[in-house]
Formats: sequence, C-alpha cells, structure tokens
Amino acid sequence: MLILECPCCGVKADETELQAGGEAHLKRYGPGSTDEEFDGYMFSRKNPKGVHFERWRHAYGCGKWFLAARCTATLEVFGTYPAQTKEPPADLQAKIKQKRPNWEGYK
Amino acid sequence: MSTRLQKGGRLIDRSRSMSFTFNGKKMQGYAGDTLASALLGADQMLVGRSFKYHRPRGIMSSGAEEPNALVGLGEGGRFEPNQRTTTTELFDGAVTSSQNHWPSLEFDVGAVNDKFYRFLPAGFYYKTFMFPRFAWKHVFEPVIRQSAGLGKVPHARDEDRYEYAYAFADLVIVGGGIAGLAAALAAGKQGKRVWLIEQTAHWGGRAVVDGVQIEGQDADAWVKETLEALEGMENVTLRSRTMASGLYDHGYLLMYERIADHTPGDGRPRHRLWRMRAGHIVTATGAIERPLSFAGNDIPGVMLASAVRDYVVNWAVSPGDRTVIVTNNDDAYRTALALLDAGLSVPAVVDARPEAKGDLPEAVRARGVKVLEGKGIAKVKGGKRVTGVSVCLQAGEGAELETIPCDAVAMSGGWSPVVHLWSHCGGKLNWDEKQAMFRPDPNRPATGADGEAMVTAIGSANGHLSSADVLADAHKAVGGKGAAPGAVCATEAPIMPVWIMPQGAGPALRFKMWLDPQNDVKVSDVQLAAREGYESVEHAKRYTTLGMATDQGKISNINGLAILSDSLNQAIPATGTTTFRPPYTPISMGAIAGEARGEIFQPLRKTPMHEWHETHGAHWEPVGHWRRPYCFLRTGEGVHDAVNREIRQVRNSVGLLDASTLGKILVKGPDAGKFLDMLYTNMMSTLPVGKCRYGLMCNENGFLSDDGVVVRLTEDTWLCHTTTGGADRIHGWMEDWLQCEWWDWKVYTANVTEQYAQVAIAGPNARKLLEKLGGMELTKAALPFMEWREGTLGGFRARVHRISFSGELSFEVAVPASEGRAFWDALIAAGEEFGVMPYGTEAMHIMRAEKGFIMIGDETDGTVIPQDLNLQWAISKKKEDYLGKRAQERSFMASAERWKLVGLETLDGGVIPDGAYAVAEGHNANGQRNVQGRVTSTYYSPTLDKGIAMGLVKHGPDRMGEVIDFPVDDGKVVKARIVDPVFYDKEGEKQNV
Repeated sequence: MLILECPCCGVKADETELQAGGEAHLKRYGPGSTDEEFDGYMFSRKNPKGVHFERWRHAYGCGKWFLAARCTATLEVFGTYPAQTKEPPADLQAKIKQKRPNWEGYK
Repeated sequence: MSTRLQKGGRLIDRSRSMSFTFNGKKMQGYAGDTLASALLGADQMLVGRSFKYHRPRGIMSSGAEEPNALVGLGEGGRFEPNQRTTTTELFDGAVTSSQNHWPSLEFDVGAVNDKFYRFLPAGFYYKTFMFPRFAWKHVFEPVIRQSAGLGKVPHARDEDRYEYAYAFADLVIVGGGIAGLAAALAAGKQGKRVWLIEQTAHWGGRAVVDGVQIEGQDADAWVKETLEALEGMENVTLRSRTMASGLYDHGYLLMYERIADHTPGDGRPRHRLWRMRAGHIVTATGAIERPLSFAGNDIPGVMLASAVRDYVVNWAVSPGDRTVIVTNNDDAYRTALALLDAGLSVPAVVDARPEAKGDLPEAVRARGVKVLEGKGIAKVKGGKRVTGVSVCLQAGEGAELETIPCDAVAMSGGWSPVVHLWSHCGGKLNWDEKQAMFRPDPNRPATGADGEAMVTAIGSANGHLSSADVLADAHKAVGGKGAAPGAVCATEAPIMPVWIMPQGAGPALRFKMWLDPQNDVKVSDVQLAAREGYESVEHAKRYTTLGMATDQGKISNINGLAILSDSLNQAIPATGTTTFRPPYTPISMGAIAGEARGEIFQPLRKTPMHEWHETHGAHWEPVGHWRRPYCFLRTGEGVHDAVNREIRQVRNSVGLLDASTLGKILVKGPDAGKFLDMLYTNMMSTLPVGKCRYGLMCNENGFLSDDGVVVRLTEDTWLCHTTTGGADRIHGWMEDWLQCEWWDWKVYTANVTEQYAQVAIAGPNARKLLEKLGGMELTKAALPFMEWREGTLGGFRARVHRISFSGELSFEVAVPASEGRAFWDALIAAGEEFGVMPYGTEAMHIMRAEKGFIMIGDETDGTVIPQDLNLQWAISKKKEDYLGKRAQERSFMASAERWKLVGLETLDGGVIPDGAYAVAEGHNANGQRNVQGRVTSTYYSPTLDKGIAMGLVKHGPDRMGEVIDFPVDDGKVVKARIVDPVFYDKEGEKQNV
C-alpha cells in the first residue's frame, strides 16, 4: 500500500485514495501515424525492474492527475510532479541517477 | 495424567472458577486460564484428531504456534471453527468441541488411515485420483471432502460486530516481551509517538516464566515497573491482545485486536482491525521453540519444553507426574528445573549432545536427575497418551537401550526467531550456523518509501537468546540513551543441530516422525518429495503440504527444510525458506469485513424518487451503486406480466421512467467544442444551441465505450449525457485527457449527475400530459424532435428534451434534484386520466430493442467498434482526429469479416436464450463447432407478440432473410432468420409527432 504525495494538493495520499494510470510520458499517435508508431503508443509498455514513471490520479482527493517516479522492485518513491510536464524534472532525474547510478534514463 | 497443581500459577485467579464444556462434558478452570491450560488441568490430553491419518492429538504448545489443539468454539451465531485453545482465553460458559473425527473423538473410524500410512504418502491425491476423469467429480471428490477439511463451517449469521480503526505512529513495536518493553521505554523517552502491541493478554513474554533477574529484581517486578512508566507517557500507546497480522508497503501495518473474544456478548466489538501507518516498525516478536523429529512425537503428552514450563509456571498445570526431557540444547533444562520446583518428577533428561556440562545441566544433575548424554528417543510409547519412551544412541539407528516409563515428554530442538513480520515486506534472513537458526540480516531489511530500512528486529526475534543480550539489543536498536537494563541469566552451552532422532533412523521410524502435525507431514514425506524431484523448497512445500495448514508451519518449516536440505545433500541456506506471508495467525473474516455488512456493505445511491418507487412495488435491479426499478409489481402480478403491462401502457398511452441515474456532465469553456469533437466520434462543435445530438465515445483502441445524447446549452456550454454506469468513468476519462494531454485547452468539466432529477414521459399521450401541467409550449413546431427548451412546467424549473429511447413521442424533463419527487408526484396526478404508470428498466430495454437501438454493455463488450453496429452515420468523416479514429483504421478493424449487427427473428416466434452462439460449418482446432455470430439482446416483445433479438453475425447485413442455427441446451437448435434490427416503427413516425 503505497503512499504518494499529491503535488497538486500536497496530501500524502494512501493508495486507496489513488487510481493508477499506467506508464507516464507516452506520446500519442493519432491518424496519419504508421502502424509501428501506433502500436508502440497503444500496446507497448515498459515493464522495468527498477526506476519507473507512472501516472496516478488523486481520485478520492483533489481529483488531479500527477506523475510519480518510483522503483518497482523496492517501491522507493523518488518523487512526484505535476502531470503537465513533457519529461521528468531535471532535479528529479539527477536525484534518481544519484540513487541508482546504473539507471539508463527515462526514455 | 495431566492435572492442576495445588499451588502456584502466575496467571490464574483461583478465587474465580469458570465452567465450560468440551464435547458436552462439563469442566472447570480458573480466570486467567487459556482453554488449553483448562483442558490440561482437567486431564483432557486428547483434544482432536489429525487431518489425514486421524491420529489422536493433544496440546503441543502454549501459544500461536499450536498445530493440534484446535476446537470449534461457541454456538449458533457465535460458533467459529479452528480456534487455537492455546491462545483462547477461558470464559465462563464456553462451549467447545473437538474436530476431525467421526463418530467420536475417542473412537474414530478414519483412524484406519493410520494403518495404511504406507499407501498415503505425499502426492497421494495427485497420483491416485488422475483416472478415470469422471470419477473425480462423482466418487473421489465427495468422499475426500467428507473426510477432509478442518472444522465445520458456521451456518448462522455472525452475531458479533467488528470494526476498523486507523492510526499513525512514529514507531510501532510489535511484541510485549522484555525486548519490546525496553525498546518502548527508550523510544518513549525520546518523545516519539510509540505504539507497543502484544498479541496475548499479558506482558513480559518468556522472561517472566524463566525467572530472569532484571535490574536486580524479578522479571515480573521489572515488567510491572516498566509498564507503569510507559503508561505515564502521553506519547506511548499500549495495546495488549493485539497481533500484528501483516506488514505491507510503506509502513502499512495491519493489526488485529481481540477486544471481546474473552467476554462474548458484552456489547463491545469482538475484533478491531487497526490500519496503522508506521514510520518505523520494530519486531520484538520473540522466538518459537522447534520440536524434535523422533518416532511418535505427535502422541498426546509430547509437548514443547517451553510449553511444559509455561503450563507449570503460568497456570499451575502439570502435563504429567513424570516428564522426560529430550533436547539438543541447554534451555530445555529450565523445564526440568521448573518441574522439579513444582514437586514433579523428571525421570531423565535425554540430551542428544555427546556432552552436557553447562550451568543448567549441572544444576539439574545437582537435583538428582539422570542426564543421558549422546542419547535420543527411538520412539514414544503410547496411543492416546504417552506411557513411556524408548531411549537409544543419537548416533545409532534406534536400537533400544532402555525404556523409561513417563506421562509426558518435553522436547526442544532449539529456537527459531519469529521473522514473519520482518520478512513480509522483503526483509532477508541469514542462516546462523552456530545457533542453528535463520535470523534477520540487518543489511537487507524491508525498505520504505524513502528507500531506507523500515523494520528493525530486536531481541530473540533478532536471534539473541539470552536475556542480557536481548535487553542490550533492544535498547541500542532504538537509540536508547545511557546503559541498557541489565539482566542476569545462566550462560548456555552451544546447541547441536538435530534434525532426525536418532541420526540413522530407518524407514519404519521415519514414517512416524511428524514434521507438521496439523497437515500430517512426516520426515518420510519430505524425503520422498526430494527423491521425486521437488527440489525447490516452494515445490516441496506444495507437494507435501508442509507448513500449509492454519499454523503456517510455525513449528515445522525449519525442521522440514533441514530434512529437505539433507536429502538434497546441500546446506540449509542453499535450500532457503518458503515465503512468509500475512496474516501471522489467521484473523477473522468479520474483522476483515469490519462494519461493511448488511445495509452498509456498500453505499447505496438513491434518486429523488427512490422512496416513491419503494412504496409502489419496485422490483429492484442494481445498476452500479444505484438501485433502479426493473419493473413495478402490482398485487398478485409476476415480473413478466408487469413488464408487458408497462410496455403496452407506453405504446398505447403514456408511461414514466425515472431516468435520474443517467450521467450528466457539464463541459464548458472556449475550447469545449474542440474537446468534444475529440471525445465523440461525431461532430459536437457544430451542434446549434437549443439542439440535442446522439453521440458515441470510443477508447483509443477504437472500441465503443459509452453513448448518450449531447445537449448544447449555450455558446460555450455542452451537457453530455452518459450511461448510468458510465458517468464517473466518463468524467474521469474527460479529466484524464484534459489534465494529461491537452492541458492547454480551456475546458472545465463538472459531473452534475446528482444535481438533477430526470423523468422520461413517453407515449402517444406524453404531450397531453405535460400540457396539463402547463407553462411551456410543447408543440412539434415549438419544440421539434431532438431539441430542448428551458422553462417552467407546472411551476417546476425544467429543461425539456425531445429525445426518445422508446421510439414513442417522448420528453425527457430535468428538474432540480430537490424538486424531483414533487415533480414526479405532479406527473402521476396529472396523468391519471391517461392511466399513467411508471415503467422500469426492463420495459425500457425491450422498447429500445424493438426500435433496434443499441445498449452499451449488451451490443458492446469492449471489443465492438461503432462500424460493427452499422453506426457509420454517427462517425464524422470530416474530422481529422477523434479518440479511436486511428485504431479504427487498422486492418483488422476495417475488415469485412467482422461480425455486424442484425436483427434476429425465430421461425417459431420463441425467444432465443441470452448469449447463444450461431454455429457455422466445420470444427476448429479444438474440435469445437465453428461459430458465425452471437446474440447480444433477446426479449419477448409484447408489442409484436413474438421473440425479437439483436446479434452480431458474420457478413450479417448482407445475409438478410437467411436462417441460421443457434444450438441451445439439450441438443436443441433454435432457428432464426436474419432481419433488419428495427422491428417497430421503421420510419420513426411515432417519435416525431
């Protein structure tokens, strides 16, 4: 049962207040995209043992979506940040790199 | 025989006698007794039969690890099976019964299994009941079910109540022995919010039984003093009878408090489930003694040495006049001393070690007790109780050297730290060769949200067995200031690991060495599993069922994996342990459910008209968290008749549907039109103010997800109707896209579902009815089909939509929720002259099917695209993009081979069973008939007086008039003709008047 801090309202939210939304930072491919591009967007998901970026919604709280970086193996939470970001904040990436020197980056 | 001693007993109050029954026999105990101590005090050594062989079983332990002494406790609404007598506090009037026997405990037919033990090895069921296949269902399973299973299932409704509680703490210390107490004292002084919990009703753990001296006084006195100090600290919370059931991610600790188990019916909740969030968890959970594996180690009277000590010291109960002690360590000698102090006889201590010369053995020798070094027990004599032991060389094969008559055997194979809580969330263990135990590896603890350790093990749970070490460890672990409390205790010589007694025991002895008495797993079974290739400890566990009973192998697992390691010729750490999983001991289903039972199992959503429906014969149907009337039953009327009556009323005059549950989502803002164009397959931005449009929503996979009528309220405001079940989901879906993808679009959404009551007034007399209310012009010219107007209707602020899901002239009127009931009453009153009546969801479903309207969840199942349902007209060709558009361009989605919507009409006028499949020629690779379609909706239509159905059929729209086969039960086949899905009023004249 995770606890994630909602970056919108600041509440340290229990997992029962949250709704999981899968992998973060996906690029949407619509009409005009190739089959490969669409396939990648629609069906291919990372399943790392280690650092992962995820979408969560504070469903039974402020209702806002946010993003979280955590380790899928140890459940360590590196940080949460607003959903309105194209890529993980630089300071968060630096923090993860420091804690997981072998981390290959978020892409 | 076991008996109550004349003197002593730390925990019992001889002035308060309590009576209870066991298998109908009346017995006496004292306040402070456990059921186990009271049974032993009444010489009830035989308390149950074993699971598989139905062997006689007695009480083996004095705590949570008890494998044998489970009983059915209570009666009627308070009956519960599998209650551990060792952890159940005695109360006056307790009714108990033994388990696993027929016809009686003393004489049990199933015990014949014990004579056939050679034919019931591990994996017996897997090997034996393979063939013939039919016999499993009809012969084997019924017979096995009759004889298997622990205890009886309660039949009456649980009379007790249960509750949840929530708490937060900086530090939760689990275990109220001296380690937990010392840690709580040190942490409490630092001002931390500390919880100290103890699973039993008593504090102090083993130290108070073993007569340890702490800080110059008896452990008892030190415990009392420490408790008083802790009670004086505002930041410390003490809870006894509270067991830490499981540790989960990020310091989530589930705790099980047994509030009223010992005072049933006193009005308090029976159990409380604490959902604790702890900053850090300290496990001071102590250690559990291991049995030794010698033949007959399961006979009533063979007990753990520590348990014998507990019964004598705590409850003044003697397990027998003469107790032989068998051990591989010094600690068991404490039991000899306790027995001697109580005036009982210890004929011998059988010590497997070649030499026993420590302080404790010498003290026992000094009391005149014979210590047999390098010896073991070849076998225990007796059936329903111990009569003696046959002594042999530990290093030999079991040749009898002498027989020692005795009434009980106290055994000790060493101690295993209780590492369950430490391990639940990933804490790792090391094998300690010297002490022959797994203990927590401080370098590999479970970690929390910050990546740091969230658990610390202390005291015996951390592998420290002497009281002085325990206290020092506890004090240090929580950063205690100054010196740790000091303890004086005897020094102990090293243990010698003994996994089989004697070392060279042959098959006949190994067949009678029990590892897991509750699941009847023996040394021979584990050895067989190893021979048959079950080398992983997890596989061997499942093959033999070792450690899979309600005690979860607390006393058996380490011995079992030692035997497995030996069979595989590898070291114990190479075998490893099985996974420790919550709960530590079983917790009641009632506690898990908490208050969520009966009416408050789930919150119920009610429309403003709910009470009216309830008093007017509503036959309820659950729809999400709502209850909707399926139909309204009149006196003496069946469901089918009621539905048909309601439909005829709508088709011929006018009916009312409570449509308040329909989702209503307001979408507003400069970019709202652009946003809705992405969300719906059709164009919503071009919808003029004042008009309504039916729309479809797909997910990014292209599949239909919801539908409903969209209403343009103002230049920048739309109201989206969703299905009843879809309201919250679709609102979440909108927010997802707005917050995570198009966050720069200026759109605001609000779920206003519960702000309005909505009523569909449908039927040829609908307009006449509303005109009677007056206040708005509702002619075809003033309010054409698929338009809406706002106004005052009979004094109610109303938004009137000309939309129809029944195919009749229909108005859907929304009024503020607070006025919903009054509006409904006004409609019923005004409609009297038209015979107005409400109709339910089933009538609604049938009427929409007569019209060929699709229903999300019937015609769709998450794999259906709008094109399958011939809804191309609702898909915009002009739009560059909408959610699902790209997916619908994929080759399989565009394939002509997809099953498509058609109507189905049976040749005999009957109704096709729901979910029936249409078969095609030939068979598939699995030998099943090929299929070419399926029924999605099927009803009896009272309007047409015949069965109608919709279905998805391969090439369906191109096969009008063709007859296809739907095989149903009993080899019958229903023949149906493919027809147009619109059965009623194909031109739509009735709804557009």
